Amino acid sequence: MTSLWLAVVLAAVGCYLLKLAGVSLPESILNHPKVQRVAQFLPVAMLSALVAVELFDGGRRYALDWRILAGVTAGVIALLLRRGFLVVFLVAIGVTALLRLIT
Amino acid sequence: MEEPLPERGVILRAAVGIGLYALAFGASVGAFAVGSGLTVAQTMVLSVVMFTGASQFAFVGVAASGGSPFAALLASLLLGVRNAFYGVPVSEILHPRGLARLWTAHFVIDETTAMAISQSSPRARRYAFWATGLILFSLWQLGNFAGAMVGRAVNPSDIGLDAAAPAVFLALLWPGLRRRAARWVALGGAVVALALVPVAPPGIPVVAAAGVALVAGLLPQREPAEQSEEREVT
Repeated sequence: MTSLWLAVVLAAVGCYLLKLAGVSLPESILNHPKVQRVAQFLPVAMLSALVAVELFDGGRRYALDWRILAGVTAGVIALLLRRGFLVVFLVAIGVTALLRLIT
Repeated sequence: MEEPLPERGVILRAAVGIGLYALAFGASVGAFAVGSGLTVAQTMVLSVVMFTGASQFAFVGVAASGGSPFAALLASLLLGVRNAFYGVPVSEILHPRGLARLWTAHFVIDETTAMAISQSSPRARRYAFWATGLILFSLWQLGNFAGAMVGRAVNPSDIGLDAAAPAVFLALLWPGLRRRAARWVALGGAVVALALVPVAPPGIPVVAAAGVALVAGLLPQREPAEQSEEREVT
């Protein structure tokens, strides 16, 4: 087994075990009101961090592709217009692809 | 017989939308992986067993940028830590017991968690989790495999797919932003992550954003009015 194969298997199993650990926490911990509040806030903080990192992370430095930013901004407009998930997705990649084509 | 779930159609449409995104995003991950030197088999082990897009992308990205396979392993695990935290709200919604934990756990990812928590009734939350999870899992495998097959022929950025991840994470985040406290948490998470980008290894900035949720959740609650505000909207 090459080291790449070993890393692939360990990473895949490790990511599964992290998910399993999350759903195996004792009920007494989960029912605590503060834990419930933390649980509600966690996806919000992390999804927001993912948006920021996807937009501005250039690999340990800041980078921004304005075409991606324009595409995501178009996606935000779609969200404000209460469009569905797929519309937001298609608008974002469509605008980005178009800008990349014409610039 | 239970009466039909009123939100069923809305949830299914959203889940199919996420699935179609997963098909396209999965294809870009598969193409990226094979183009970066992983075999089709390795790509599919990541797709089926890891089954968490950001970690897969991080693994391939670090491996592709010359990082050691074990740096890639670490980056993917660090990004996967957030799925353990998602287990907290998911457990409250599904209450998995015994063996059910083993397969429920596999579907605890950004999209299923966000879809589940953004519903307004317990039944709708359970339905949203499984509808999103099963549709997304199927189309994710198909996408990864198709992408791996196409391999180097596809350049994801040519069709704008590099804008897909931020746009989709934002769309998933959107319903959660109706609460004022959540908007502050979202801002805090983004600021913490961005501040750490230049100094922390890949994956750490997103994991560190969990600290914002921890602090916000443990702070004494001082806005009783917010409860009624939330009920009004949902």
